[in-house]
Amino acid sequence: MTDGPTPDAVATAAPQGAERFLEVRGLKKYFPVKGGVLNRTIAHVQAVDDISFDVAKGETLGIVGESGCGKSTTARLLMRLIEPDSGTVHFDGRVIGASNGIPVREMRRQMQMVFQDSYSSLNARLPVEATVAFGPIVHGVSRPEARERARRLLYDVGLDASRFMKRYPHELSGGQRQRVNVARALALQPRVLILDEAVSALDKSVEAQVLNLLLDLKKEYDLTYVFISHDLNVVQYVSDRVLVMYLGQVVEIGPVDEIYANPRHPYTRALLSSRPSMDPERRITEPPLSGDPPNPINPPSGCRFHTRCAFANEVCARVTPVLSTFGDDARHEVACHMMSPGSGHPDAPARA
Amino acid sequence: MEAAESTQTLATGDGDLVRVSDLRVRFVTKETTVYAVNGVDFSLAPGEVLGILGESGSGKTVTLRALIRLLPEDRAQVSGRVLVGDNDMLRLPKGDLQSVRGRTIAMIFQEPMTALDPVYTVGYQIAETIVRHESCSWREAEARALDLFEQVQVPSPKQRLKSYPHELSGGLRQRAMIALALSCRPGVLLADEPTTALDATVQIQILLLLRELQKEMGVIFVTHDMGVAGEIADRLAIMYAGRLVETGPVTQVMREPLHPYTKGLLSSTVHGSMRGQRLQTIEGSPPNLEELPDACSFAPRCPHVREACREAVPEPVQAAPERMARCILVNPA
Amino acid sequence: MAEVEALRPGAEAEVPIGAIVARGYWGTVAYRLSQDPVTIAFGVVLILIFLAAIFAPVLAPHDPYKTNMPMRLTAIGTPGFLLGGDELGRDMLTRLLYGGRVSLFMGLTPVLLALLIGGSLGVTAGFVGGKVNMGIMRVMDVFYAFPTVLLAIGLTGALGTGSRNLLIAITVILSPPIARVAESVTTQVRAFDFVEAARASGADTSTIIRVHVLSNVLGPILIYTTSLVSVSIIISAGLSFLGFGVTPPTADWGLMLATLRTTIWANPYVAVLPGLMIFITSMCFNLLSDGMRNAMDMRF
Repeated sequence: MTDGPTPDAVATAAPQGAERFLEVRGLKKYFPVKGGVLNRTIAHVQAVDDISFDVAKGETLGIVGESGCGKSTTARLLMRLIEPDSGTVHFDGRVIGASNGIPVREMRRQMQMVFQDSYSSLNARLPVEATVAFGPIVHGVSRPEARERARRLLYDVGLDASRFMKRYPHELSGGQRQRVNVARALALQPRVLILDEAVSALDKSVEAQVLNLLLDLKKEYDLTYVFISHDLNVVQYVSDRVLVMYLGQVVEIGPVDEIYANPRHPYTRALLSSRPSMDPERRITEPPLSGDPPNPINPPSGCRFHTRCAFANEVCARVTPVLSTFGDDARHEVACHMMSPGSGHPDAPARA
Repeated sequence: MEAAESTQTLATGDGDLVRVSDLRVRFVTKETTVYAVNGVDFSLAPGEVLGILGESGSGKTVTLRALIRLLPEDRAQVSGRVLVGDNDMLRLPKGDLQSVRGRTIAMIFQEPMTALDPVYTVGYQIAETIVRHESCSWREAEARALDLFEQVQVPSPKQRLKSYPHELSGGLRQRAMIALALSCRPGVLLADEPTTALDATVQIQILLLLRELQKEMGVIFVTHDMGVAGEIADRLAIMYAGRLVETGPVTQVMREPLHPYTKGLLSSTVHGSMRGQRLQTIEGSPPNLEELPDACSFAPRCPHVREACREAVPEPVQAAPERMARCILVNPA
Repeated sequence: MAEVEALRPGAEAEVPIGAIVARGYWGTVAYRLSQDPVTIAFGVVLILIFLAAIFAPVLAPHDPYKTNMPMRLTAIGTPGFLLGGDELGRDMLTRLLYGGRVSLFMGLTPVLLALLIGGSLGVTAGFVGGKVNMGIMRVMDVFYAFPTVLLAIGLTGALGTGSRNLLIAITVILSPPIARVAESVTTQVRAFDFVEAARASGADTSTIIRVHVLSNVLGPILIYTTSLVSVSIIISAGLSFLGFGVTPPTADWGLMLATLRTTIWANPYVAVLPGLMIFITSMCFNLLSDGMRNAMDMRF
């Protein structure tokens, strides 16, 4: 029986030499499913099940996966918008929320989030200037100063403040609203930005504008990004390292070029080859995977991917694979029995 | 029986399944008028997949809904001519509409929950549709429903027919909706972003399924995703501000786009090889459809704009036998 | 295939940019109200009724309590007694003006109190959720279990008659429905990402409710509350009519209706007047509420 990796076994390494900014260890969140006459808990959605990873200062970590894989829950857990069942997050060396660590409120000043739905994440009753100035005012910045900062930020995200600051969200286009959301997130001068599907709802032409903006801002404000998306192309474009999630667990993590050029996990490979080819002459002829992702309420035993995996073996249903390095690249980790020496899978390499 | 025949005989005068000319849709409310579709012409040949590609607000979904008369009648003013087979859709009496929908032309949606009734099992809904349209026995209809579920590759179809829509996963629900749409063997299938809400690994399955089922049908497939269009369409129509700005065979349009908007769309579609480069974008935002300027709608965002672009709506230019673009910079063949 | 969902509002809202003058929510509501002559008309009638009640001492031609037996049940239009006299010969016009003061006060005060109590309970329940919600809303449901008028009668019976107790009774009756509406709209608003975003900015619960929740829920709650004013006026009139509320000789529309009831065969036109005032006032409040609903119904 293998449980999740113990913290010291994890080599979830950020690039060497780089400062570890976020250290996530054993993060877990199960949501109760209520039902029955007495509204009792009848099951749990295993939204995030024991994940660990690092984010280095100044890098962009991309998180990809399908719906229900727990990537948005991960974002909310990092922000402490929901309480984890267990696990710790170190922010710049200090444990978030612990008595000797960094208080949640202070962490939230340094870590901010941009949501997917540009519409629902803006208060329709507030002009955008007030929305952007809200955070600083909450943190004790004087009103005139907060408004001044809001105007400067609106300008920085490409909105002419004199024209836009008094507008309401419905008077903006989707792309403009998402720019306001970015400005709002930057208003507290954070060091980390969590972008939860921040460009997914935008039209392609606008998506490109916002991506350019995000890359500019990253340089300008010296930011660290956690970029969550289901769009593999966008993740490849923005990320330095990529983390692939499946049903609440990390299946593969590594530098972006490694992941895209040499995907090790069968799920990562399937995900990558499900991308439309962009060439009508060379269309995909066989679906890389069949069926839908299983329900996270009762995820499959062992390796959660074994029900859809073409290489699944008896051991895969029984034993949960551990995320571990593969070959000589210490930064590329995979949770697959085929990569793990002596796992009992026929395709596994011999024990060294 | 009869439906099967009509699939073959369903064609307008010159062999097209669908022929749309000068379709216009305006939404009129007390406060404003939105010019959603402003003169669209296209046709669909048997066995062909026409992809209509456009961004939000381009009028692509409205166009599709106009074809099957699914627009709110109190607000939408529709004009032009839509021929589906020999049915003049916009002038069809309401009573005849029900028999045309489903049998001649059917539609699938982005969110199957809107098309499936939550209180009946999917099997019942399919069988009921078949019985209503073809007046066969319930037993025959149920057998057909099972066939359809096998055809759309639902695993263990017998049990799944007894499921309610909410009991199915996203991909299965989409398959069930496709089965429902195909239940009366329509000659034309309208698809409104049917894969947009799906996960990548499921999306490609549904696209492959549609490609297989489509061989005997004409399909109009609306999407905002160039990659998806590239996987399914034979011909591509690019829509902007309620007009088709470019049409042509999919490979040609994707490899050598003519219209500046299509070029911008292609260059701003992100793919991995662009790492480290700045993305080419189309500046600005989509136009305000409350006004219908007598000019090229793309002019305010176009990098190659000329004076003439702002003076009149560009006429369609035939650039090659099968290629059209509404741009004054394109040379006619 | 049913008429499947019309165009999603987002699809249209996406387009018009720059065409709208930045006016804000309340600005737009005010503008729309100004374009709605019917609602304005009802509002004006209400204002006139209020002004008449407020300035009753100035406007009234007679003393509301001074009986004048020769003028008993005088017909409408008698010189000096424009709207006739009641069963004790008091001037009807004077009585109606003074009665308006009591009736409007008795109608409005409980609604305002209920808005405060029910509104804050509902918003709290909706925003906090979980066990707090459960606790508050189940208590509210208990009040729902009784028919409104019976509950009011029971409460005034227990508290004793008199206008103060009537106010308390009606406040208790009106709080639960307001709480329920407030709870449901707050629950909807809480699900929006901007509430999460505000929490992520480090704002505490009271700031979030003040800045982000109230601005979104106040409109719907006010619409509903306005529609309750007529209910409140009618219940208080009804209870006064039954003898539970305002006591004679105070002028109150409900009480006047009760005392004039016996004379309905002698002079029906005079007897109907207080009822007519109750009807007009309630109608105006209801139609005002409808007008506000139309003005506030915005999908953004």
